[in-house]
Amino acid sequence: MTVSELKDKLALKVAALPYPEREISGVYIGDLLSWVMGRANCGDAWITIMSNKNIAAVATLADTACVILAEGVEPDEGVGALAEEKGINILLSDAGAYDTAVAMSKLL
Amino acid sequence: MSEALSFRFSVDGENFTSAGQASVQVKKNLRQLGLDPEIIRRVSIAMYEGEINMVIHAGGGVAEVKVAEEFVEIILEDHGPGIADIEQAMQAGFSTAPDKIRSLGFGAGMGLPNMKRYTDYMDIESKVGEGTRITMRVNIT
Ligand SMILES: Nc1ncnc2c1ncn2[C@@H]1O[C@H](COP(=O)(O)OP(=O)(O)O)[C@@H](O)[C@H]1O
Ligand SMILES: [Mg+2]
Repeated sequence: MTVSELKDKLALKVAALPYPEREISGVYIGDLLSWVMGRANCGDAWITIMSNKNIAAVATLADTACVILAEGVEPDEGVGALAEEKGINILLSDAGAYDTAVAMSKLL
Repeated sequence: MSEALSFRFSVDGENFTSAGQASVQVKKNLRQLGLDPEIIRRVSIAMYEGEINMVIHAGGGVAEVKVAEEFVEIILEDHGPGIADIEQAMQAGFSTAPDKIRSLGFGAGMGLPNMKRYTDYMDIESKVGEGTRITMRVNIT
């Protein structure tokens, strides 16, 4: 499933979507950046409630397919524009991390 | 043997919210050199953890990346407070990061363990009150 298809199927909002065709291969949930760097796989959708600029660098380095901000969290000011520029997809989910992941597991 | 290619960055110690620029740049540079994506991922994650440590624990420093024939080498050098007990610092979960840093998602105490895990060689030289120099290598072949 691509990031764009995920967005449509779960009716997620978009903060940045520079690579809509990126393929999602799995899911990683976590807010501590070193855990994400250490454990997320390349191509995972990364679900988090962290909304600051550092998520753009972590998503780039861990090479995740997209970041999904759960619980209705909005990105901090300027993060959407930064992500767009750096080629990082960021989607927004009103549901919690668990419900978002469960919905995704039916699609992946 | 051809001369190794190298990149040098000065890492700003003030800015916690946009830290990691040097590592993101290195990832780009290594991509342009056509290195294997998994090698690039390991190098850039290990470097990011070290870069973040220089920002949050040492007030900044200098990062150097050398691409040699057999490995990519990352050297991180700072003149921060140094690490008194390296063995303790290497333990998963050990962190002296203050709360305001933790609220940004750092301070999990997994940085040094990640650097060790993602590299083939890692050496820490540190003197309290003088600074820290970390050398890491990821083998290419
Ligand atoms: N460059 C450095 N200068 C001084 N202390 C450091 C440096 N890097 C790491 N440390 C010390 O080692 C500890 C563990 O580092 P790390 O595993 O990256 O965890 P974290 O950065 O999350 O605290 C830090 O909390 C800090 O006390
Ligand atoms: Mg660290």
